[in-house]
Amino acid sequence: MELVYLAIPLAPLIGAILAGLFGGRLGRAGAHSVTIAGVGIAFLLSLFVFKHHVIDGAAVFNGSVYTWMVSDGIRFEIGFLVDNLTVLMINVVTFVSLMVHIYTIGYMADDAHNWPQESLAGRNSYQRFFSYIALFTFAMLMLVMSNNFLQLFFGWEAVGLVSYLLIGFWSTRPTAIFANLKAFLVNRVGDFGFLLGIAAVLMYFNSLDYWDVFAAAPAMADVSIEIFDGHAWSLMSVICILLFIGAMGKSAQVPLHVWLPDSMEGPTPISALIHAATMVTAGIFMVARMSPLFELSETALSFVLVIGAITAFFMGLLGLVQNDIKRVVAYSTLSQLGYMTVALGASAYAASIFHLMTHAFFKALLFLAAGSVIIAMHHDQDMRNMGGLRKYMPITWITSLIGSLALIGTPFFSGYFSKDSIIEAVHLSQIPGSGFAYAAVLAGVFITALYSFRMYFLVFHGKPRMDEHTREHLHETPWVVTLPLVLLAIPSIFAGYWMEPILFGEYFDGVIQVAPAHDGLAQLGGHFHGTVAFALHAFVNPAFYLAVAGVLTAWYIYMVNPGLADRAQRSFSGVHRLLVNKYYADDFNQAVFAGGARGIGYALWNLGDRVIIDGLIVNGSARVVSWVAAFTRHVQTGYLYHYAFAMILGLLALISWTVFMR
Amino acid sequence: MLSELPLLSLLIWVPILGGIAVLAAGDREPWGARSLALITSLLTFLLSIPLFTGFDTGTAAMQFEELTPWVAAFDINYHLGVDGISVPLIILTTFTTVLVVLAGWEVIRKRVAQYMAAFLIMEGLMIGVFAALDAVLFYVFWEGMLIPMFLIIGIWGGPRRVYATIKFFLYTFFGSVFMLVALIYMYIQSGSFGILDFHLLPLGMTEQILIFIAFLLAFAVKVPMWPVHTWLPDAHVEAPTGGSVILAAIMLKIGGYGFLRFSLPITPDASQELDWLIISLSLIAVVYIGFVAIVQQDMKKLIAYSSIAHMGFATLGFFLIFAIIENTGTAQGALLGLEGGMVQMISHGFISGALFLCVGVLYDRMHSREISDYGGVVNTMPIFGAFMVLFAMANSGLPGTSGFIGEFMVILASFKANFWYAFLAATTLMLGAAYSLWLVKRVVFGEVGNKQVAQLQDVNRREFLILGVLAAAVLLLGLWPAPLVDLMHATLENLLAHVLVSKL
Repeated sequence: MELVYLAIPLAPLIGAILAGLFGGRLGRAGAHSVTIAGVGIAFLLSLFVFKHHVIDGAAVFNGSVYTWMVSDGIRFEIGFLVDNLTVLMINVVTFVSLMVHIYTIGYMADDAHNWPQESLAGRNSYQRFFSYIALFTFAMLMLVMSNNFLQLFFGWEAVGLVSYLLIGFWSTRPTAIFANLKAFLVNRVGDFGFLLGIAAVLMYFNSLDYWDVFAAAPAMADVSIEIFDGHAWSLMSVICILLFIGAMGKSAQVPLHVWLPDSMEGPTPISALIHAATMVTAGIFMVARMSPLFELSETALSFVLVIGAITAFFMGLLGLVQNDIKRVVAYSTLSQLGYMTVALGASAYAASIFHLMTHAFFKALLFLAAGSVIIAMHHDQDMRNMGGLRKYMPITWITSLIGSLALIGTPFFSGYFSKDSIIEAVHLSQIPGSGFAYAAVLAGVFITALYSFRMYFLVFHGKPRMDEHTREHLHETPWVVTLPLVLLAIPSIFAGYWMEPILFGEYFDGVIQVAPAHDGLAQLGGHFHGTVAFALHAFVNPAFYLAVAGVLTAWYIYMVNPGLADRAQRSFSGVHRLLVNKYYADDFNQAVFAGGARGIGYALWNLGDRVIIDGLIVNGSARVVSWVAAFTRHVQTGYLYHYAFAMILGLLALISWTVFMR
Repeated sequence: MLSELPLLSLLIWVPILGGIAVLAAGDREPWGARSLALITSLLTFLLSIPLFTGFDTGTAAMQFEELTPWVAAFDINYHLGVDGISVPLIILTTFTTVLVVLAGWEVIRKRVAQYMAAFLIMEGLMIGVFAALDAVLFYVFWEGMLIPMFLIIGIWGGPRRVYATIKFFLYTFFGSVFMLVALIYMYIQSGSFGILDFHLLPLGMTEQILIFIAFLLAFAVKVPMWPVHTWLPDAHVEAPTGGSVILAAIMLKIGGYGFLRFSLPITPDASQELDWLIISLSLIAVVYIGFVAIVQQDMKKLIAYSSIAHMGFATLGFFLIFAIIENTGTAQGALLGLEGGMVQMISHGFISGALFLCVGVLYDRMHSREISDYGGVVNTMPIFGAFMVLFAMANSGLPGTSGFIGEFMVILASFKANFWYAFLAATTLMLGAAYSLWLVKRVVFGEVGNKQVAQLQDVNRREFLILGVLAAAVLLLGLWPAPLVDLMHATLENLLAHVLVSKL
């Protein structure tokens, strides 16, 4: 079985290496074949692991692959922990990745057009793209399969690397290479906290192995740490908040969210794979994995809850004013990540992971559908130029509708089950901030429905607004594009019916730990009478009516009374400007952090290095030496009588000193 | 059979004699001089391999020892020997010299034989520094290696090479004079020039402090530590590519080596008393120099500043010992810092060498080091672009590359000493990424910047070989550092135990 576990990450890695290093020789078909084979093998093996663990009930596997190093008595290992959480994650990751791989054949087919003609970097760009996404799959699998903090950090940074390479994939575009640098640096701010958290874990637990740490954690619940003299803080709160700062970077929570919208500069397949379905959920996964630690700190949970709630609501609002189809989906992703984070804060880890899974399906679907639209529109992403596309691309239309319905939480669709259990869990939560969070996620439902169906109506309904040339060429995309849409639409509808074992059953027993006082899901489970009853329960819930209201509002504004949006925009111009400028977060960061760092750099360099050290001390001492030399040169005149005179003076002084002082 | 050979002597004298032979062969047949130099450096590298394979990692004692009286009247001996600290540094030296000889292959047209000879002789002298167990012998090698470097910058350097060489020479010479005084003082006290005898020499607190400061002046300049670092950017900018590589990859390590071989074991109490000074200077190097590196306009200066910041981790790791004990009551974590510092030195040898070679590749084509003269290089040099991105990522400490390990270990260890040490050290995650990747963005990515860039040729086979070997080293060490850590484990453990015993 160990070999199976090992083969899961290695198969995509081999594909990536082959396509990356020998892409020229393999050719386009060769490159996509080896990577798809690699990811396909990983997916099949993941299914096998699913059967082995979940259906056959095999024991949890926790073992080392090799010892990275031993230092100071601490073993730093590369190893796997395969429990039900891992099993779920590897299946989601490999499935979505496989879909994206297939889709990419269609999406990147004409990639040569995206490069200047003479650019050699564009020559094998197709192969390189496949190499990167396979490499990403490897890194993500290493992250979710890890049994220790070291490998977690390795996977964490490695997915960041691939994200960097892919956002900046079209490296001749200034916006793309700005966005990828920004993404990497903002993530590094999160990693800064994350690494300090890991250091704290090592200091107090003397191990980086999950199970060692989890086993020892309860004994540490009352330990305190003094970071500022005289202020004792709970150790677990400090560790958990530091670790969560890492999650805020990777999972794009306010205020470290700024990189995710810009990451849309990358090709659409990676927006679906990396910036919606998998990588950005790494932070969510990490916190769920660390539930034995987070449960020991109510402060940290409360912090998580509030950050998540802010992200869920305020990022959703930004989705309302975007005109770029990918950016709408991107803000929607931010908002949904906020929902997952809220669930973590409410100790509903299982609900968070469940939403992570359903979201992976329907959000990947929405992104890929958006990509399909973009292909048909000849890479115009502005929704104001679309409209009426349902006639031309029926498969994209229907699958988009399914994705949108799942996203807004329509009963019987997957998103309903996961999102509604989050809302209910927050409702039951007693943690400080849960009242605010409940209001935020509830209001978020309306916002989600509004921006989702604004996009849906603008793209697929109404009058076609594109130019004549584009309209004449509109047609459904090839099967490599639509097949993944259909395959993703299926779980987007049905994945929710798996809710009982995950949320209320034994699926996460022994994996996710929840203190009885925090366990809203268990309370919820007490009232649970089957999935259908849960779905029917929607009709007595405010969330359902808020979603309906959102859809109706979108329908009224964008289908019935199109002038209304403009009028609203004018009468609330202040709010509108705030939203269009994304709360000025980018401008603030650009001025304060980017500008500040450069300012400090120049100041230290010019003043510190050049003026004080080099100017004053180094060259200054050289100058002193030359002055002294210039002065003493006058003493050495070469005239005998000068020397004789000096000797007599010296002798006189010496004699006077011996006579008078002694 | 190999164990019979005086391996360390061979490692020192083969390159020096080979260098003299190259010099004698002269410039008339540049190809011959190059080949002879390459053969010599390869032979030296091969000779250094038994040092690794035959090394007993179970003991902290000196190995491959050679002892011959030299100046019997003053008890000065030709005494060589290596332990887990010096072996990796010697192998780094022999490895890097091969690459440097290759890097200068067709690039250096002026005085080829002298150029190659200078590097070979310097190689022998640097190995001598790492292998010497006699203080006088050490000092001779230490000063001796300045001369070839002085010549390399002075003859094959850039337009401001005279200023740079004098600054370089005076700075380093200034430091080492104090060291000489300290060495002579200890000779008078102990009657021996044996470095290992110095380790056991009982010294009072005042003596220790003075000796510590004398050593600090010598080593801090070499590392270099803030504020005696300003010679390095100038020297790098003016040095030819090979000179920069040797300077960054090996010469800076000699300062770090000095702290481990002299300061800590000879003056443990002064090290404890003054550890705050080293820790502060190291953290200033990480943060202050990190900011300065961001705003550099010259590629070589940027990498030079980045070197200073990265070496800050080495010195920080070495001097965390006492702070950790003071904070936690045990020495648990101190070894992590020591080993992390050593790993950082080796890794930085690969990465900074590789980055300077990358700049060299560009400079050979464009004759400019200004970042603004580039842009979109990947469009004409895709293979080069891939290497550059890899090394920049390694420079910003990406896990899976060697650049991660040392920083990771030192940050983990520094947390045990003080939260704020770790906090400041960890800023490298942001600063390191900022200057490394901003450099990549401006040079490698983007649209083709100008006509010269549009006509660039990608790396040739020789350049590919050099960068490929370094890339392999960076990745191998990053994915499996255990062999390196095991190599130095026993020695550093012994060093730690020695340092924890007060001499007072």
